[in-house]
Amino acid sequence: MSSNRALYEQVILEHNKKPRNFHEMEDADRKVEGYNPLCGDHFTVYVKLNGDVIEDVSFSGAGCAISKSSASVMTMLLKGKTKKEAEGLFLKFHTMVTSSPDSPVDEDDLGKLRVFAGVREFPVRIKCATLAWHSMLSALDGKDESVTTE
Amino acid sequence: MATAGQQTQSAVDKTAPLTALDIERIRREFPALHVERDGVTQVYLDNAATSQKPKSVIERIDRYYRSENANVHRGMHYLSEVATQAYEESRKKVQRFLGVPLSCEVIFTRGTTESINLVAQTYGRQSVGKDDEVIISAMEHHSNIVPWQMLCEEKGAKLRVIPMTDRGELILEEYEKLLSSRTKLVSVNHVSNALGTINPVRHIIEKAHEHGVPVLVDGAQGAAHLPIDVKELDCDFYACSAHKMVGPTGIGVLYGKAELLNKMPPFMGGGDMILSVTFEKTTYSSLPYKFEAGTPNIAGTIGLGAAVDYLESIGMERIAAYEHELTQYATSLLESIDGVHLVGTAREKAGVLSFTMENAHPHDIGQIFSDCGVAIRAGHHCAQPVMQRFGIPATARASLAFYNNKEDLDAMADAIKKVKEVFD
Repeated sequence: MSSNRALYEQVILEHNKKPRNFHEMEDADRKVEGYNPLCGDHFTVYVKLNGDVIEDVSFSGAGCAISKSSASVMTMLLKGKTKKEAEGLFLKFHTMVTSSPDSPVDEDDLGKLRVFAGVREFPVRIKCATLAWHSMLSALDGKDESVTTE
Repeated sequence: MATAGQQTQSAVDKTAPLTALDIERIRREFPALHVERDGVTQVYLDNAATSQKPKSVIERIDRYYRSENANVHRGMHYLSEVATQAYEESRKKVQRFLGVPLSCEVIFTRGTTESINLVAQTYGRQSVGKDDEVIISAMEHHSNIVPWQMLCEEKGAKLRVIPMTDRGELILEEYEKLLSSRTKLVSVNHVSNALGTINPVRHIIEKAHEHGVPVLVDGAQGAAHLPIDVKELDCDFYACSAHKMVGPTGIGVLYGKAELLNKMPPFMGGGDMILSVTFEKTTYSSLPYKFEAGTPNIAGTIGLGAAVDYLESIGMERIAAYEHELTQYATSLLESIDGVHLVGTAREKAGVLSFTMENAHPHDIGQIFSDCGVAIRAGHHCAQPVMQRFGIPATARASLAFYNNKEDLDAMADAIKKVKEVFD
């Protein structure tokens, strides 16, 4: 069971059970749907912008523990960040989850995102972990459409 | 090699139910059932995706490549004769296994998907016109939806769908209402890969025939689990895949009634499907070669023959009876665990157990199962409309075969308890 313990970190399970910012947002400036057809993860990410700053962000939908907790953690981290900062954070996150399982994780740099390091052992779950992020970036790019991780 | 064969042959009493001892013996013949990971023998409950292979099939393919390899139907030399004979022998084995009247009615394809596409692109394109209708059911695999959608789009025809109940049973009264003079074909699965429902195909065929409509039965999940007699069913086409019936991947079967196959145009052009070719005109071969263009999957076909031999050495009646017993055991296990919901509770059901859990997404269920050493599938099972019908994104699915035993199912129950520990 060692690998499962590594994948389903307590923080992930906790966010899965009680996701933060888990609601629709009626006055969102942008909303983008994300869909992972392989496993049926389906979320909508809502963003309210103040100039270049993410004033508010939320999400709704359903998916596995990895996709849901990743979306939840993302919304917590991105509130108050600029578009550029958000993109920078995603780049770090993406680099980490797609790196080889035995490469070192810079815990300070990744902060809360480090709990998803276990995903590296399960390549099929990378899509779950990054689904909400892809939707978010698409929203920040001014797109108002759905994205898919396929 | 000889030992494995003798074991298979000697223990046959096709009237007696399969005992735990029989299953133990059978399990020894499947090397992949004994794969270990971190010292834990893996439990295989993903048979609806593909089955494991007995030594006799693996060794038969090995033997072909080692001592019989040549192209079929064309060489004037010894090896080609041996290969051709083995290839055609497989056709006869499949003929016998499925109860096919004529051996030329057995067409080898790459699998069920290709078999269905073959019918859609030949019979379908020839017979379906504007405003005509093709009937499928609400519980089809994508491979029995998309080929017909493509055809209907091309021809301006309509796809009609037989609805199902909350248990996952087709509503036959609605089916009968759908049949009309516009109906050109009915295509339904024998057993649902997502729900396990065994459909009343005999009745479906009878009703279609009353309207003069031919029926294709998608037997991908049927042929390995139920005794099949296409003559008795009176279906017009039957499609199945070797890899789900202890045979190799990349080889499958289309049975079709000769009178229909003869009228159908070829599916693909190429070698082997012609009698003569000039730049002005090509004359096609007769059945079954008209539908087998190019060098076929010779090793796969011979492997399929060995798979059919293997299944027959046990007996499909006994396999069906034993799997039924296993399915009941698995169902009662799943029903006894709080927070587990079975999806698909048809009265006639094969060993496919789709379920969801209150606090865990199917994907997470599959992951925990994998770490417990139990292989199941999680997802939409290439049957998204079924998921939509039940208002769920996906299910976890345990699917059984005759080499599974109660210990495998107890491992499944233990894995579910582990899922609950993590997610409840």
